[in-house]
Amino acid sequence: MGRIVLEKVTKSFGDTQVIPPLDLTIEDGEFAVFVGPSGCGKSTLLRLIAGLEHTTSGKVLIDGEDMTEISPSKRGLSMVFQTYALYPHMTVRKNIAFPMRMAGLSEEEQNKKIEAAAESLNLTDYLDRKPGQLSGGQRQRVAIGRAIVRDPSAFLFDEPLSNLDAALRVGMRLEITEMHERMKTTMIYVTHDQVEAMTMANKIVVLQAGVIEQVGTPLELYHKPCNLFVAGFIGSPKMNFIMGTEAAHMGAATIGIRPEHIDVVEEAGVWQGRVGVAEHLGSDTFFHIHDTGLTETLTVRAPGDVQLKHGDIISLNPRTELIHKFDDKGLRIA
Amino acid sequence: MAIVAQSSKAGRISRATLAWIVGLLFFFPIFWMVLTSFKTDADAVKPEFLFFFTPTLENYLNMTENYDYWRFARNSVITSVFATIFALAVGIPCAYAMAFNPSRATKDVLMWMLSTKMLPAAAVLYPMTFLTKSVGLFDTHFMVIVVLMLINLPIVIWMLFTYFKEIPKEIIEAGQMDGVNTWGEIREILIPLAWGGIASTALLCFIFCWNEAYWTVRLTTTDAATLSKLIEGNRAPEGLFFGRLSAVSAAAVGPIVVLGWFCQKQLVQGLTFGAVK
Repeated sequence: MGRIVLEKVTKSFGDTQVIPPLDLTIEDGEFAVFVGPSGCGKSTLLRLIAGLEHTTSGKVLIDGEDMTEISPSKRGLSMVFQTYALYPHMTVRKNIAFPMRMAGLSEEEQNKKIEAAAESLNLTDYLDRKPGQLSGGQRQRVAIGRAIVRDPSAFLFDEPLSNLDAALRVGMRLEITEMHERMKTTMIYVTHDQVEAMTMANKIVVLQAGVIEQVGTPLELYHKPCNLFVAGFIGSPKMNFIMGTEAAHMGAATIGIRPEHIDVVEEAGVWQGRVGVAEHLGSDTFFHIHDTGLTETLTVRAPGDVQLKHGDIISLNPRTELIHKFDDKGLRIA
Repeated sequence: MAIVAQSSKAGRISRATLAWIVGLLFFFPIFWMVLTSFKTDADAVKPEFLFFFTPTLENYLNMTENYDYWRFARNSVITSVFATIFALAVGIPCAYAMAFNPSRATKDVLMWMLSTKMLPAAAVLYPMTFLTKSVGLFDTHFMVIVVLMLINLPIVIWMLFTYFKEIPKEIIEAGQMDGVNTWGEIREILIPLAWGGIASTALLCFIFCWNEAYWTVRLTTTDAATLSKLIEGNRAPEGLFFGRLSAVSAAAVGPIVVLGWFCQKQLVQGLTFGAVK
């Protein structure tokens, strides 16, 4: 079990309130991702759940039990840190065994679990090495192994992939997602990378300045962002925002359209512009278009075979049914 | 071609020469003391026997037979060892708390601790003497241990704090998540990780305790008197017996010099730790 509820939780460091009163429920078995720009309070929120930070006010409930004043060691949660935080003086085996030894499990039981964890994480050959002799990816696996063997009610991940290179990051992302499918244990994952959030989460919590902007499934956030911040944060490349008369025509202060919802056409289109930078990814090409009269730069995602170069005139048709409208406060107009 | 700093041969040699000169300069008093300790008191003051004389063990034999050297040495060992152990026992938890759970006052507390070292010892000499005498602790091992521990505690805590600060906080937090209590964190994670730092702190504290003279001379007479007191006791009012004094001094600093020699590496690491990075 692992249902985590935050009730009117606040956190201040000195006179600075980093988390204003906040309510959030994470259901048992969910994969929740806290996402937001750096300094938005997502790591602080995770640390409040872990108990590594004290709440200034409010309650943290785990499976209905008030854990606000309970020490991290007694909350039954496991955490994987960005810097791995392995014990450098212990071998991989001892690192993984550590939480079990602290819990007083028998040697036999410990070994059984270590073997199982090492097997599933491809660490069997490295059990007698020290963390210093492992690569970044292997270290992160050890950290995950150490978290798994505790059978926690929930896993907490604090930007666990940030220190890995791009290729490894994609691999580990899949592994963690598969691990969640297999174990069905609650996971809370903090990242500033919206691609990680979109690909891994059942539930995304978008944060800005300690405030929850929106909570929803990845596709809900993609299709129905509730405000300009979420609209701009979720999706890559970023959504285009257009203000002024074009927006006023549609009865909004700002309209937003995603780069993939603008079609490049041969004949004269609704919008026209001049190609600035063209980024060829092979499968897709991202065009950054100037002189449209709409906004400074309009980003368009076109199929990879569209051949246009710097300075060419380009014609565009937006898919009007997929345009997002926002009022003057930046909130979505239904 | 890349510009790389090159040290010329002449530069290297002159630097080495300078190092040797400084080294010998520092070593000379010790050499002089040891040399004198093998002369008779009469020879010691005669210029014609400056380097060439008939060596004698008389001073050393006299010291062990008449002055009870071993009792003083035993007291020095007892007080220094226990003062160091107690200083670590108080210092480790203290430095741990400040390094990993700092509050807004931590910096001030550290400065305050250091400021206690600025108080001239003479300013509290009378209160201390009266106090120890009135509670019957004058000239006891316990008193000497407590005083040695207290005067070295600031430096012990500062050193440990600097070492502990080098340990990533996440490792301690990982320990908390893995279910250890505070004592477990210190025992299982902190001490193994900071072992080198703790060892050099202990060594330095031990050396300071061993060499301490101000308090050990003034708060003891016979029972708890350390080697410092023995040296002080050989300062005869009618004139100095240089041979005897040198022998006593050499025997007092001998153990600590040998200890320091063997732990050189640890000590240098300890003193320069945190200087870079």
